[in-house]
Amino acid sequence: MTSDVLINSLFVFMLAGFLGFQVIKRVSPLLHTPLMSLTNALDAIAVVGAILLAGRHESKLAFWLGMVAIVAATSNIVGGFLITDRMLKMFKSTRPQKQQP
Amino acid sequence: MTLPASFLIEICYLIATALFVLSLMWLSAPATARHGVWAGEAGMVLAVGGTLFEKGIIDLQWVIVALAIGAAIGIPLGLVHMTAVPQRTAVSHAFGACCVTLVGTAEFFLRSPNVPKFIMSVLSLEVILGGLTFTGSLIAAGKLQELKFIPQRPVTYRGQNIVNLTILAAAIVMGVLLVLNPGQPILFLSMVGISLVVGVMLIIPIGGADMPTVISLLNSYAGLSAAAMGFVLNSKLLIVAGALDGSSGFILSVIMCKAMNRSFTNVLFGAFGQVQAAAAGAAEARTVRSASAEEAAGILAAASKVVIVPGYGMAVAQAQHKVRELYDILTKKGVEVTFGIHPVAGRMPGHMNVLLAEADIPYDRLHEMDDVNSDLPQTDVALIIGANDVTNPAARTDTSSPIYGMPILDVDKARTVMVIKRSMNPGFAGIDNPLYYLDHTLMLFGDAKGFVGDIVRELSGGAHH
Repeated sequence: MTSDVLINSLFVFMLAGFLGFQVIKRVSPLLHTPLMSLTNALDAIAVVGAILLAGRHESKLAFWLGMVAIVAATSNIVGGFLITDRMLKMFKSTRPQKQQP
Repeated sequence: MTLPASFLIEICYLIATALFVLSLMWLSAPATARHGVWAGEAGMVLAVGGTLFEKGIIDLQWVIVALAIGAAIGIPLGLVHMTAVPQRTAVSHAFGACCVTLVGTAEFFLRSPNVPKFIMSVLSLEVILGGLTFTGSLIAAGKLQELKFIPQRPVTYRGQNIVNLTILAAAIVMGVLLVLNPGQPILFLSMVGISLVVGVMLIIPIGGADMPTVISLLNSYAGLSAAAMGFVLNSKLLIVAGALDGSSGFILSVIMCKAMNRSFTNVLFGAFGQVQAAAAGAAEARTVRSASAEEAAGILAAASKVVIVPGYGMAVAQAQHKVRELYDILTKKGVEVTFGIHPVAGRMPGHMNVLLAEADIPYDRLHEMDDVNSDLPQTDVALIIGANDVTNPAARTDTSSPIYGMPILDVDKARTVMVIKRSMNPGFAGIDNPLYYLDHTLMLFGDAKGFVGDIVRELSGGAHH
């Protein structure tokens, strides 16, 4: 890795960090639980690294570690999106229709 | 000119990154929040789909098998009951950290001994954070699920902090040695092993009331380890996703710490269980007033403004649906009912909101601490269901109390305070609550679900006759 690539990565990390702070600060405390399950699902994008490891099969070890890592990350992706959506569906306001007991 | 495939894949990653940011932006308000999920899903499909076309992938069929198995495990994890969401979240932190640690380990063995210094340092960071998050989250999940073989009460011993810091320092020293000479696989594996031990040791001393902070911190670590992995693999997408997750967990931890008036180091290195012994003595002689469901129903029916304060006890008793019935019947009688939600009520950030939303209580009735506190002096009845420390006025007045300075819901300012509680035993943190001895406080002794049900029955009975 050249220092160019390193500096690029550090810039991306720093900017994403600031962006993250600004965006997350605005999330209503009502939704802090879905926020956590959603960021968890997004974080499981690490599956990309695991796919490359298992798919390229450069060594037996890398292949099997990659396979387990894919399973772990994919379960987070599927489970994370699923439960976030289930939670968000439950949040209803009084305004439109309510008053049926 | 034809575009090379690798360029198109990078474009997929770029769009996925944008969708991830949009996803979190839309999550900011309930009205747009579900679009956030869809954007996240679209980004994920694009990124994973693009990766399958990366050059050098020879075992595509196995990758697809692993994806299918992961999805099959993920579906039940996505369908757990809402009361189990805190432990599910802890488990998913463990899975995320597990993935990152395994990938980091494999990368080390593929590259060793020719690992550049910078890569080796982020790789060490990745597996140390990943390893401790993995075991730490499993312990947290076990405590939340109340598994028998994991102690619920904080486990503390003399010199605990020194022991923890020493083993953490040992892991870091190993990381430094690896940066200087990466050709040492045994040392690498020892570093991973020690990180796994650190995770257990860090979480064992933590009690239930601190879980919201700890889950947020583990969330932050999981994100940072993923970002470190992005540096190793030179993947901007991963760096961004990891940084977003890391900052989200960090912000939530700060909010939780503020809501308990404690510092990070205090949460991680000062188990709550130790402090109380002194405060318990004086309580014996004081008397409390108790009331029946019938009396409570009468007072509620006569009120014009009621604030309900739910806590972890409501979740344990599964009382949220009965609480909804109470909300419905009081609203029908023209009583204005709102809910006061303390940031650390429950076992994870936002826990109470999700449970009440599940019970179909409209979210505009769920109010934050500051709004509720300005309303409470004009409130007729504050009804506390399964909450304790977050309503303890000692936090305002008693400088010797372990929770002194913690922002609380000022329920004692309401005209009448009603507390549903099983018995006079102190709450999870073991701190006595002077609220219960006030002249305008009525104790409603019983199971939260049963007692709220009784009140509802009294109220509806009165309506029919």
